Amino acid sequence: MFHALKSRAELLAKIRQFFVEREVLEVETPLLGASTIPDPNIHSFTSQYFNSALYLQTSPEFAMKRLLAAGSGSIYQICKAFRNEDCGKQHNPEFTMLEWYRVGFDHHQLMDEMDALLRYVLGGTPAERLTYAAMFEKFLQLDPHAASLAELQNCAVMHGINKVDNLERDDWLNLLLTHLIEPHLGKERPTFIYDYPASQAALAQINNGVAERFEVYIDGLELANGFHELGDAKEQRARFEADLAKRRALNSPEIPLDEEFLAALASGFPACAGVALGIDRLLMVLLNTRDLKDVLFISLATN
Amino acid sequence: MASISTNEFKSGLKVMLDGDPCSIIENEFVKPGKGQAFNRVKIRNLKTGRMLERTFKSGESIQAADVVEMELQYLYNDGEFAHFMHPETYEQYSTDKTAIGDTAKWLKEQDMYTVTLWDGAPISVQPPIFVFLKVTETDPGLKGDTATGGSKPATLETGATVRVPLFVNIGDLLKIDTRTGEYVSRAKE
Repeated sequence: MFHALKSRAELLAKIRQFFVEREVLEVETPLLGASTIPDPNIHSFTSQYFNSALYLQTSPEFAMKRLLAAGSGSIYQICKAFRNEDCGKQHNPEFTMLEWYRVGFDHHQLMDEMDALLRYVLGGTPAERLTYAAMFEKFLQLDPHAASLAELQNCAVMHGINKVDNLERDDWLNLLLTHLIEPHLGKERPTFIYDYPASQAALAQINNGVAERFEVYIDGLELANGFHELGDAKEQRARFEADLAKRRALNSPEIPLDEEFLAALASGFPACAGVALGIDRLLMVLLNTRDLKDVLFISLATN
Repeated sequence: MASISTNEFKSGLKVMLDGDPCSIIENEFVKPGKGQAFNRVKIRNLKTGRMLERTFKSGESIQAADVVEMELQYLYNDGEFAHFMHPETYEQYSTDKTAIGDTAKWLKEQDMYTVTLWDGAPISVQPPIFVFLKVTETDPGLKGDTATGGSKPATLETGATVRVPLFVNIGDLLKIDTRTGEYVSRAKE
C-alpha cells in the first residue's frame, strides 16, 4: 500500500515536471458546476445547492475550454472526476484525471506528446499507431465505416457473443471493440487508435469523413481519449441537442446545457487538441496490476 | 419476482435467463472510451450446471429468480421420486431423477443434503463434501496389507462403485470425497 502511495506521488511529480519543461500551465477549475456533459452514456452525480442542482464534473473539459477561449494558452490539470456508473476492477465512480490542451496542435501532434509523456513516466518504446479502420481490419477483417449493423452483429455471434437487444450500429462497434479487440491492444508497446467513425466524434472535429479523435491502450487497458478539438459553437450546440434527444428517448435525466461554455466557443476558440488520461490506470500499468484496488487506498470498488 | 438492473449484478445473485434459473458467478463492467457500456457476465445455469457467458447492455434489467438453498434430510426413494424432509418444519419435498443427477449414488437415508429450490420446487441436490458409506461388495481384504498401494473396486450401500485399498472388507465404513468420488479413509461407526 505505501509503495502505491509513494509511486503515485512520484508519478504526479514527474507529470508536473514534464509540463513545466514544456511551459504548459497548471490550472484548477471547479469540480462542482451548474451544468454537465449531456452525453447519454456519461452519468453525472447531482448534488443539491440550496434550491438548485450542482453537478460533480465528469471531466474538467468545458471549464478548461473556457480558459482556452479566454486566451490562457496551453494548460493542464490534474483533478478528480466523477461518474455515477458501475464499479469494477477498472472503474471507480471517483477517479483522478490528467487533462491537457495544446494550442496549435492537431491530434497527431498531441499523440506525439502523449507518446513522449508515456515514455517519460513509464520508459519503454514508442507507441504504435493504427487507424480505427486498420484496427478492425487487423483483428476482425471488417470495415467499421462500411459494415452494416447485421454484419457487425454476425461478427459478434460468430465469436460466441450473444445477441444483445436494442443496440445501434455504434453500440455493436463498441461491443466488438471492448470484447474482441481491446484485450489485444498495447501488448508489446502502447497502441494509439485514431480517426474514429464520425458518429463517435464526441467533441472532436470531423474531417475527411472521420472524427479526429484518438485513444491510448496499454496491455488491453484504455488509458486516454483525445480530440482535435471542435471549436465551432454552432456544431457543438447541434451535437449537444442530439445528445439531449437521445437522453429523452432513453428517459434519462434532462441536463441544462452549459451556455457559458457555448458562449466561450462562440467568442473565439483557439485551434487546439486536448486529451484526458486516467492517472489511476496509468499507475496500474506502472505497478503492473489489473485491479484498481491495488492503486487506490480507499475505493468503492467491490467486485 | 423483482427485476434487477445490471448495476446490481454481483456474484451469487440468482436471475432468470432464457427461462432457466441461473446464478451469477462473475460480473465485469466494460466501457469503451466513449459510448455504450456493457456488463460481461459469467453465469451458471442452476438446472443444468452449465457455465455460460452473457453480455448485457448496461442499465438493462432482467428478472430475479426465486431460488433458495435448504439443508434437507433424505428419507427414501419410491422408484420415481426421492423424498426429502426439512428437519425443523417436517415439510417434505420430492425430487425427480433430473434434479438429483449424479448425486443419486451418494444418497443415504437420514443424511443431510443441500437442495436448491426454484419457485419452491427442487432443481438440484448437492451431497456434502464427505459421505460415510458401508462396503456391500468387494474382493476379500488382504490382511495387514496397508502399504503396497494396490487398489480394487468396491460397491457401497448406495450402489456407488469406488476404488479402495486392498485391505478394505465388506462391512467397512468408508469416508468418500464426493467432489472426486474417491476413497479417503476407513471410518469408525
